[in-house]
Amino acid sequence: MLIDFLYELRRHKLHVSTHEWLALMEAMAKGLHDSSLDGFYRTCRALCVKDVAEYDAFDQAFLAYFKDVGADALAITEDILAWLADPKRMRELSPEELAMIEGLDLDKLRELFEQRLREQKERHDGGNRWIGTGGTSPFGHGGKHPTGLRVGGPGGGRSAMQIAEARRFKEYRKDVVLDVRQIDLALRGLRQLGREGAVEELDLDETVDETCRNAGELEIVFRPPRRNRAKVVLLMDVGGSMDPYAELCSRLFTAASRSGRFARFRSYYFHNCVYDAVYEDAAFRQKVTVADLLAESDRDEKLVVVGDALMHPAELLDGGGSIYFYSQGGRTPGLEWLRRMAAHFRRAAWLNPEPDRFWPGTTIEVIASVFPMWHLTLEGLGGAVRYLVRGGEKPKVPEKAAWGRSWTGSYDPD
Amino acid sequence: MFSGTLASMSDEPESFDQFRGTDTYIASDELRHAVNVAVALSRPLLLRGEPGTGKTLLAENLAGALGLDLVRWHVKSTTKARDGLYVYDTVARLHDSRFGDGDVKDIAKYIKLGPMGEALSADHKVVLLIDEIDKADIEFPNDLLLELDAMRFHIDELGKDVVARERPVVVITSNNEKELPDAFLRRCVFHYIDFPDRALMERIVRVHHPDIVDRVLDQALEVFYGLRATPRMRKRPSTSELIDWICALKKAGVDLGRVGGGIPFLGTLLKTEQDVELVAKRAKA
Repeated sequence: MLIDFLYELRRHKLHVSTHEWLALMEAMAKGLHDSSLDGFYRTCRALCVKDVAEYDAFDQAFLAYFKDVGADALAITEDILAWLADPKRMRELSPEELAMIEGLDLDKLRELFEQRLREQKERHDGGNRWIGTGGTSPFGHGGKHPTGLRVGGPGGGRSAMQIAEARRFKEYRKDVVLDVRQIDLALRGLRQLGREGAVEELDLDETVDETCRNAGELEIVFRPPRRNRAKVVLLMDVGGSMDPYAELCSRLFTAASRSGRFARFRSYYFHNCVYDAVYEDAAFRQKVTVADLLAESDRDEKLVVVGDALMHPAELLDGGGSIYFYSQGGRTPGLEWLRRMAAHFRRAAWLNPEPDRFWPGTTIEVIASVFPMWHLTLEGLGGAVRYLVRGGEKPKVPEKAAWGRSWTGSYDPD
Repeated sequence: MFSGTLASMSDEPESFDQFRGTDTYIASDELRHAVNVAVALSRPLLLRGEPGTGKTLLAENLAGALGLDLVRWHVKSTTKARDGLYVYDTVARLHDSRFGDGDVKDIAKYIKLGPMGEALSADHKVVLLIDEIDKADIEFPNDLLLELDAMRFHIDELGKDVVARERPVVVITSNNEKELPDAFLRRCVFHYIDFPDRALMERIVRVHHPDIVDRVLDQALEVFYGLRATPRMRKRPSTSELIDWICALKKAGVDLGRVGGGIPFLGTLLKTEQDVELVAKRAKA
């Protein structure tokens, strides 16, 4: 029976191995769980979860699997929140329909909501009954009614179900955004060690060899210490739609530019999309053409772009699409400039502060097909650093064909 | 690894609840459970948590409670995994060969056991504390996998194996500075020391200051949790700082109820100027 729980855990992205599962079985054979649900919760968590960031996922999995064991635990699952986070376009409502929706009072609404939550089995968009988006059901996104009702159980208790339900560890999840130190640590992974510079470290092996060659007469040999040889080019989008993320980007910049981290570190700015030039300052005065930038950069340098990649499609796809038409771009579309940069560097990564659930159907998808793109969180940054150093796994590239179909709206992020 | 631990299942079962906290160390139920699971399964216990929540102290008290010796290994940024097992002092041997002190042929003389080597070669069971494992290089934990699994290591220079007579109880602490490798994590029992709630904190303070008056403790905790709840604080004060602070209050004979305008001895609680400024600003507002 518990094997199912193992798979429940793995479904919640907890990478529990056979090794750990066997250890849990061993613990249970020894009776370490006190034959109680509480004991099992603690034992299982201690053996299977190795990071406080994953406690929350464990609590959720535990809730999902053992929900019938305790009281009627009714919790909004992340799935439902995810459906709501990704809305379909609201359809136009007639005044009669609006009047009908507004007719429900809050208590009635909540009651109905709980009832639907029990009955509903899957995502449902565009209808008039289930919890979903874009329909005329009172439950969901973008209507005249509250967009979501939290139905948590009583918190703060001591039983396993209640602990799991209280989800005390939610704030430790890794997909939250970062402070400077966390970024610093993530960037530490970005290194290529090599010996360079002044000779100041005792090389023991060479000393022994040389001493032997010297017939036992001591011959001390020194060598340069190991230093990071990684070179990084950082391109940052500033202004306009990036304003909400200015603080986050400045933290990233602070961490990345700390002296001595990289053998060479350069940073440039652009607005919305890169065209024929980037700028050394955020005020866009010191111009560096992309051609010059590429000529000066070695293929092995790491290119990191930070930006929301969100713009009007014409800015990306049309020749002369730049919002600074007279000064930038000429007839080459922005996407082509991006392609040229991505092609020059052996490894490049794009960090996007925009949560990935907002990517589909926007220009982000198009750019993600050119640059491997990660959401700017601890997890995303870690993934990007791993990719930059070792290569390998790129994030999933969306299909280009899908993009054209799903693009329906027109808006200007500026 | 499995053959070893499975075989031990047939042994006479020891009492599971071996660690209940001590007179000077109050542990939450969850922490006690994790410790006992680790001891029963003889797997390393990996502890994480905010600085000052008593990770290192736990090892000391666990050793006390189990009646075992404690061997400490404080990891530094330059520590190599092999240093913990043994160090071959080549420079001394070179020196001796050149200047002729002692018998250079006896390599064993130049092999010095590190803390982990000591723990494995001890003739009785010990508690081994590997403190702040995340301080060292990213690959450090990976280099200890075999040693922690099999509790044995090989001294290349002597061609000799050192095998632990009894598996030591291993406690590893980490400040969450670095990701630890999966292969390493898989072998550990993990516990995150959550910050104690008020009730538990009262018990903890009473252990360290048994003679404290209820009213003073109440006021102190009020101020303390108020400080911790301050948003945007860079380093929130922890348990050990609270205990130091109360100690300072007692020594100076300050009555919190009567002091107006600001918190006395703020320096024991807050450790960055930004935080001090932040608190001062809020106090004014």
